Amino acid sequence: MKRIITLNVNEKEYEVAVAPNRTLAQVLREDLNLLGTKIGCDMGDCGACTVILDDRPVNSCLVLAVQANERKITTIEGVADGPHLHPVQQAFVEHGAIQCGFCSPGMILSAKSLLEKNSKPTEYEIREALSGNLCRCTGYQKIVEAVKAASQTMKK
Amino acid sequence: MGDLKVIGKRIPKKDAPLKTTGAAVYIQDMKVPGMLYGRILYSKYPHAKIVKIDTSKAEALPGVKVVLTGADVPNNFKFGFIKDNPPLKTGKVLSTRDEVAAVAAISPEIAEEALDLINIEYEELPGIFDPLEAMKEGAAMVHEEFKSNVLKMPWKFVAGDVEAAKKASAFIAEDTFSTQWVTHCCLGTSGCIASLDINNNLTMYSNTQIPSLAQNDFLEALKVFGFKNKRVRVIQCVIGGGFGSKLDTYAYEYIAILLALKARKPVKIVFSREDEFLATSPRQCTITKISQGCDKDGRLTFREMEMILDNGAYTSWGATTPSVMMVPISSLYKVPNIFYRAKCVYTNNTYSQAFRGYGNPQATFAIESNLDQLAEKAGIDPLEIRRINANEPGEVTPQNFKITSCGMKECIDEVVNRLDWKNKSGKHNGRGVGMASLIHVGGAARVYKSDGCGTIIKVDDNGKVDVITGSSEIGQGSETIISQIVAEVLGMSIDDINVINNDTDVCPWDVGAHASRTTFVAGNSALGAAQKIKTQIMEIAAKNLGESPEALEMKDGIIFSVKDKEKNISLGKVLRKVHYTLGGRMLVAEHFYDPPNENFDQNFKGNLSVAYAYGAHGVEVEVDKETGQVKILNYIAAHDVGKALNPMLLEGQIYGGGLMGIGYALGEKMIWDKGYLKNGTFLDYKMPTVQDAPPVQAVIVETDEQAGPFGAKGIGEPGLVPTAPAIANAIYDAVGVRIKDLPITPEKVLAALKEKEKGNP
Repeated sequence: MKRIITLNVNEKEYEVAVAPNRTLAQVLREDLNLLGTKIGCDMGDCGACTVILDDRPVNSCLVLAVQANERKITTIEGVADGPHLHPVQQAFVEHGAIQCGFCSPGMILSAKSLLEKNSKPTEYEIREALSGNLCRCTGYQKIVEAVKAASQTMKK
Repeated sequence: MGDLKVIGKRIPKKDAPLKTTGAAVYIQDMKVPGMLYGRILYSKYPHAKIVKIDTSKAEALPGVKVVLTGADVPNNFKFGFIKDNPPLKTGKVLSTRDEVAAVAAISPEIAEEALDLINIEYEELPGIFDPLEAMKEGAAMVHEEFKSNVLKMPWKFVAGDVEAAKKASAFIAEDTFSTQWVTHCCLGTSGCIASLDINNNLTMYSNTQIPSLAQNDFLEALKVFGFKNKRVRVIQCVIGGGFGSKLDTYAYEYIAILLALKARKPVKIVFSREDEFLATSPRQCTITKISQGCDKDGRLTFREMEMILDNGAYTSWGATTPSVMMVPISSLYKVPNIFYRAKCVYTNNTYSQAFRGYGNPQATFAIESNLDQLAEKAGIDPLEIRRINANEPGEVTPQNFKITSCGMKECIDEVVNRLDWKNKSGKHNGRGVGMASLIHVGGAARVYKSDGCGTIIKVDDNGKVDVITGSSEIGQGSETIISQIVAEVLGMSIDDINVINNDTDVCPWDVGAHASRTTFVAGNSALGAAQKIKTQIMEIAAKNLGESPEALEMKDGIIFSVKDKEKNISLGKVLRKVHYTLGGRMLVAEHFYDPPNENFDQNFKGNLSVAYAYGAHGVEVEVDKETGQVKILNYIAAHDVGKALNPMLLEGQIYGGGLMGIGYALGEKMIWDKGYLKNGTFLDYKMPTVQDAPPVQAVIVETDEQAGPFGAKGIGEPGLVPTAPAIANAIYDAVGVRIKDLPITPEKVLAALKEKEKGNP
């Protein structure tokens, strides 16, 4: 039996009819066509599907869509301000934190969520916040540098 | 090289804005109208007879359009390096990743459900999971028709006289080393969409890293399926990581084609993470017996190596990795006498393929670990034995490699200085330092008859440039490097350069993204094409300005006389004049660069690469004697890269390769237990997270490589080649135990420490 739920995604309301076993990741991708949310494992291990739910980063593959009913969701599509990249995105670009890019949306949302709560994170705190996001290309070094740089620009 | 404007700059990856906003389209995101979803059923057993397959229930499930089994594969089609692998198996299964049936349905969920409804009756057979067992007299045959489990491969290289050198050596160290299966862990899983038109021409949406070779593989398959003279178009989506995993075509791609042929609709197959672990091909495990000797002054006298490689049940590029293992075996340091032999052995395990380094990491682990053992026997500092024997420019190695640029000694010096080697080595107090060097192909590798790449450049009316290249972008940044090269030649901004690199209908031929060759080969190809188009532009501008082409220069989209800058014309204007003139023409240039390297002869001699990449890694570790835990305190990765065209992207390759190597050294291992994969998830397979990543210093050592585009050499693979032995050597320096079997887990270190306490070496 499908249920009608309301999702507030990137400050826009969507009414969707979903089966109770559909994950938030599936509904974002398949029903709302927000394909920037990547599914890397579908088991909550890799963090590629990270979105911000209310003000917490979550693996959207582990959240049922019905659990997100009437809650606020930020996906990667909602991070830039129109044509202007968010400071975290800008820092990822400028610091070479992107290679294949499959982990990037989730990584950026984890970083953004951290910086919204903690504008001056230590390197340890950055690594802790990103520890649920796997990346195979970069060795993480430039990702950590990018998050540090973003915290500097966001302070200004 | 004069005043470079774009080359050598830390320029962000061109596709990064697309990727940071979630707008990049990967195979996962791709849809074509009418598309069905395919799923594959894998074997329940590692070795069994297929007695009966009943697909009737699956076929009856609403929404299921096609169910296929091995009986539906036309004309006994097989694929792979020696064509021993049918896309769907009949009669027998030889590993747990054997494909036994496939389904196409209107949704992924229905396809999944249909797999559960396929009934297969098996008769389980005893399997062979250890290559040493498989080599024994009387062992059961994995492929009965081949009459031997040892593949017929010619892997043997001999130089000089090892036996005589042994007698003449002052010191000899001998040991056995082994390595494990590791897998690529691309964050984006494998997948494709096969779409056939009414005439059975195929469009394949793919994430291959070898579009031209894949096109050829699919053409051949269509031919065997009964469709001759067809067209195959390979379109690459944005690729979520390669690392060698997409260097061969896989069963799922042929299955997608067969499903699409039967359904008369496009079929998409995308791997789940479990599929990706199970059914892509890892770096194989190896057993290496090695012996090296030196004279009383530490000069290497010989190197003798015998390797056994677990090939798994079928044959892909894994069986050819000994050809690259030979690179360090014959040519890492100056060694006059060499004996090498490798055997690839069929087992009922997963079959192996290419993985970043292509055999070099396994060979270098044995060589560089054993070199420290030899240094100890000879009473020489591990650093000194490396300096004494280091490769140099101008050298011709036993395999006839002509060493051009070589910064090996400089790399070793960087490691020594940055690690404070002199003060830190030989303390044996729980902290220690270790190092290892590397050689790899750095100027392409002539594995096929051609090692080339084509480029077409066209310029539009507004002064923008399209660069159509055969090379593939798999995250490494080739589109940016190629743009930089073209921008430098044409005196333009890289923003005005558009790289088209994902469609075999449009792009020229290329071997593929392998052998760390893209910057070198595709870069040289782009360089040649840019120079040709520049000549054309200058000739036209010269006519317009009434000057000779030699008197002109081009900068920021303006062509001007060097003597009189007032005499100028914009590039766009030149181009419009070309088009809007009676009898006008197009401004297009093409260039095919095929490097002047050589195929190996039958004795495996030949200058495989135009240039060779060198490097040295050094590491300081702390070993907890209570837990066996190894902590990396400092890691130096120094690489001779020729000229760094883009230091930021280049560091990204070193950091990424380095951490992959650290994972290989300290934790990653696919656990195949009697043919079953026991840890096929990210939770159980220990790929490093950001918290596992130690501080790494990427040190770029520049040398001038005359044959490289603006002096560059390859860097895709070298970052992980010497990592494991550097760490193993550091652990030995710290606590006096040598771990010879990767990965170096705390359990192994602890067990070795206990043995050492008991007085056993």
